[in-house]
Amino acid sequence: MAERRTAYINAHLIDPASGLDAAGALLVEGTKIADVGPGLFAEGVPEGIETVDCAGAHLVPGLIDMRVQACDPGFEHKETIATASAAAVAGGITSIVTLPNTEPVIDDVAGLEFIARRARETKLAKVYAYGAVTAGLEGKELAEIGLLKEAGAVGFTDGTRAIADAGVMARALKYAKAFGALIIQHPEEPRLAGGVMNSGELSTRLGLPGIATQAEIIMVERDLRLAEMTGGRIHISHISTWAAVEAIRAAKARGIAVTCDTAPPYFALVEADIGDYRTFLKLSPPLRSDFDRRAVVEGLADGTIDAIASDHNPQDQDSKRLPFVQAEFGAVGLETLLPVALELVHGEHLDLKTLIRRLSTTPAELLGIPGGKLKPGAPADLLVFDPFSPWKVDAATFRSKSKNSPFDGRPVAGRALRTIIDGRLVYSAS
Amino acid sequence: MEFQPSSFTHRHLLGIEGLSPWDIEKVLDLADNYVGLSRSRHKKTDVLRGLTVINLFFENSTRTLTSFELAGKRLGADVINMAVANSSIKKGETLIDTAMTLNAMHPDALVVRHSDSGAVKLLAQKVNCAVVNGGDGSHEHPTQALLDALTIRRRKGRLEGLTVTICGDVLHSRVARSNILLLNTMGARVRVVAPPTLMPAAIDRMGVEVYTNMREGLKDADIVMMLRLQTERMQGQYVPSIREYFHFFGLTEEKLAAAKPDCLIMHPGPMNRGVEIDSVIADDINRSVILDQVELGVAVRMAVLDLLTRDRRGDNDDLGGKL
Repeated sequence: MAERRTAYINAHLIDPASGLDAAGALLVEGTKIADVGPGLFAEGVPEGIETVDCAGAHLVPGLIDMRVQACDPGFEHKETIATASAAAVAGGITSIVTLPNTEPVIDDVAGLEFIARRARETKLAKVYAYGAVTAGLEGKELAEIGLLKEAGAVGFTDGTRAIADAGVMARALKYAKAFGALIIQHPEEPRLAGGVMNSGELSTRLGLPGIATQAEIIMVERDLRLAEMTGGRIHISHISTWAAVEAIRAAKARGIAVTCDTAPPYFALVEADIGDYRTFLKLSPPLRSDFDRRAVVEGLADGTIDAIASDHNPQDQDSKRLPFVQAEFGAVGLETLLPVALELVHGEHLDLKTLIRRLSTTPAELLGIPGGKLKPGAPADLLVFDPFSPWKVDAATFRSKSKNSPFDGRPVAGRALRTIIDGRLVYSAS
Repeated sequence: MEFQPSSFTHRHLLGIEGLSPWDIEKVLDLADNYVGLSRSRHKKTDVLRGLTVINLFFENSTRTLTSFELAGKRLGADVINMAVANSSIKKGETLIDTAMTLNAMHPDALVVRHSDSGAVKLLAQKVNCAVVNGGDGSHEHPTQALLDALTIRRRKGRLEGLTVTICGDVLHSRVARSNILLLNTMGARVRVVAPPTLMPAAIDRMGVEVYTNMREGLKDADIVMMLRLQTERMQGQYVPSIREYFHFFGLTEEKLAAAKPDCLIMHPGPMNRGVEIDSVIADDINRSVILDQVELGVAVRMAVLDLLTRDRRGDNDDLGGKL
């Protein structure tokens, strides 16, 4: 029996990998992209092909979110693979990569297999997983990086904890090289990170212990030296400071194998948004000054910052309805990633093609996972969206189990209309 | 004359931040009236008769709790003290649950002290009555700043134009923050003196002059406010030793010589004699106003409870209508 064929016509195609940015059509055959281009179906769609009229909406590779906490196993009251996947596809995300800071920690093959099974049962977003760099995320002994890689781990990180010991980090970078494994670091010197918000006038006024920007820059600079020393590949997560952007820019110019990402809060929010102790804005790293925020935007524009991830970190009410010092760090982000990232386009800091590169093409390349491009033979992981349709974020409607969004109530523009994974429609805006 | 709003319109007293100079004057004027009552043989009025005040203290305190209790009782309110044990892990849960529970009992005012900055504001969002911040973490302690202001005003006749030096553990001090806000609002000149490890980040942005040398900070000061070294809030070492701290930052006769001859010495208590202040100075009846502060604390808290419950008493008289 012939594979099912679907034609997406009247679309604005954007494919950062090939440079395509034009009106046209795309043909899906089974689970793969069969053909794409401006001239496709110019003469009409032949008989026997199902047709989806995109009515001028944008058709891009589905977003690939390289930093998600699905809290599963262990913290299923906050999120599960199933709810995170549902939230992802509603946000136009076709692949997510989960952090290993679950209970138990994903530091062995059995843990990876558990996540893969949950993902298969859910059958929504594609779920990839990072393995732990160190056993139990304790920062002391290396986890079985080779075995984990063989079993499908797409990278290695100790999640929300920095690998603080320089000796351990150097060994991890060196050892991972043999397997072509990427080490992903949460950039924060723990001995300088005892606070709960950015250090400065605001933390002083609120009487809250601060975290200096130096906590980030010291760890970034150390790791750049270690990457240079070992020749290992390092990726630094959620960059939030001007100095870190500068250091990475200089390191890239020196030819060091470093990449990095940031998350929407760090280019869309500042420390002042914490206002009267709003715990939904208690993040790690903390929200910074507007000076730092603008440097992050510039880093995204010039490519110093390679990717944008949601940094999805679900927290239940009991973890957030607390005095600021006691509240947990983190914010959900799957369902606001696209519209908040689009603010960069509407603000004319990035063009749409560059934005999709940061949200899809680059993460796929960095982690070596399929997707991220509109190319015949590639998986039909697609997003149809309208970058302009205005709406207001309402966390109560989120599919994510937790509603701790720092963007709740924010007027935004742009949302997913259809999300397609392996040719299958998994989300359609009502 | 400038614009003067006729009544104190705040629902809660969560901090000095947000108070206008007229708000502050109003509290101080009313407190002045209550000083006389506290000194008379019959110390009670019935202004708050039938009203319930709950003192909800999540953090240990004797003087502030006693002061609020006396204030409520002298105004004729029913006062209940609740000391909530600070189990470290479920602190926050206790906070909101306790707030809802107490709210269901229809108190008219809640006085709350908590070890976390912002906790009192969080609680205030959950209740229908007036909330007075009795000190939250390192954030604010507004009634302390108000009683300090009243002490200064009664001794010096004014606040405007005075040079006030705040010395000691500024980093952990809610008293310092509230005083800086109040004194700046009232036109005083504020200096802070502390070892750099006990100085909050960017404190100069709060409108103070910053000193690490105590003699320079005390030069020509009209008032010196000493702060307690809050070792219970410290994680790690901030000063090498008490001996060294006292040597450089303890208030002694010799350092005080740099200030004006009639410089007043204040301390919010409890004092650590020999740590931040020399015993002889603390007891100098000509210059130390530490006991005045305690006395005026009751009057200030009476004024605050009076003003914050006027709406529900249906009394909007300007100054102590029922006094």
